[in-house]
Amino acid sequence: MTSKTFLSICLILGVFCAFSEGLYFHIGETERKCFIEEIPDETMVTGNYKLQLFDPRTGGFMPSSPGLGMHVEIRDPDDKIILSRVYSSEGRFTFTSHTPGEHVICLYSNSTKWFSGSQLRVHFDIQVGEHAIDYANVAQKEKLTELQLRVRQLLDQVDQIAKEQNYQRYREERFRQTSDSTNQRVLWWSISQIGILVGMGFWQMRHLKSFFEAKKLV
Amino acid sequence: MEKVWLLVAVAASVVARAAAVELTFELPDNAKECFYEEIEKGTECTLEYQVVTGGHYDVDVLVEGPARQILYREIKQQYGQFQFTPDHTGTYQVCFSNEFSTFSHKLIYVDFQVGDEPQLPGVGEHFTAMTQMESSSQKVHENLNSIIDYQTHHRLQEAQSRKRAEDLNERVLFWAVGETLGILVIAVGQVMILKNFFADKKSNQAAY
Repeated sequence: MTSKTFLSICLILGVFCAFSEGLYFHIGETERKCFIEEIPDETMVTGNYKLQLFDPRTGGFMPSSPGLGMHVEIRDPDDKIILSRVYSSEGRFTFTSHTPGEHVICLYSNSTKWFSGSQLRVHFDIQVGEHAIDYANVAQKEKLTELQLRVRQLLDQVDQIAKEQNYQRYREERFRQTSDSTNQRVLWWSISQIGILVGMGFWQMRHLKSFFEAKKLV
Repeated sequence: MEKVWLLVAVAASVVARAAAVELTFELPDNAKECFYEEIEKGTECTLEYQVVTGGHYDVDVLVEGPARQILYREIKQQYGQFQFTPDHTGTYQVCFSNEFSTFSHKLIYVDFQVGDEPQLPGVGEHFTAMTQMESSSQKVHENLNSIIDYQTHHRLQEAQSRKRAEDLNERVLFWAVGETLGILVIAVGQVMILKNFFADKKSNQAAY
């Protein structure tokens, strides 16, 4: 076995070992769980997951459920679906955002049951931006020394910071527009409310006056 | 020799079990969501959470250890941070509860960090001291991490303020339209009722 193959096998094993035992939560078989990621544009997001089915015989969760699949649906801020695929019970998905904003990542199993079946344990890990970059892979592919790799990492981090700052400017503009709109609406409403009150007052008096004149009471 | 280094690296990645997950999820009303993680003893863990939108911007948080002992419990908090180093290896759970609310969904941001950040491959495996270049680049990396952290907090605060402003904007519109209709209805209604009073009297007088 060449040392390159050995290295890649070790890296793959290392990567798998690192995330297969991460954070997990329980959902019903027919339930949907959604996560929201507010990210700038051109940002890569990677999600690792593992699905385990509850085993009523042992009272625990089966270590692997090959028949089960995970449906991953990702919507962009304009509510358009950018990814909607069924993956196997264990794997990873990646997407890159093209518009800045809130992306919704929904996970649900492809179970065909109509009522809520058994419980599912979902191990989930999501990494955004420069956290999603696998530096071991980069170092191996581009043959970088440690210092070069560190500089590459710093460059990626600074890039992400710059993107986030840019997105922050865009959000702040939206916020300012909303506040301006509220300000205008309150102003117009106050003026029109005074106008309506005065107008209704006049109408009432005129209407009643003509009513009483007709009744010969005035 | 290279293979030994690789084995050490793989072993380190398995044992170190360092992970940081940031999640933003929606907590429906009257619901409780729990997240679990297997943590080795001695790994320093940090939990940070913030309610981004919803209701009165509060949530109940509960952190329990493997023996169901309560490590951290807060009622109706808007944001918080909790650092702990577990004494026992086992499954730790973090639960967020919105059971006290009847109709407001809450958007919760959680940052659960277990252990230290995984090092770059190759760094930290030397037996010699780091050069000045390496140590200053490490310092820059830590500072950038802290900038990214501040940016995240800023983003959450801004999201909260912006959503409040958008809510306010919508409410002002509804309120304005509603009150206009109310004024019109009352004005016309008053005139109708007054006319009604006088009309009855007139018909009564006519009857006699």
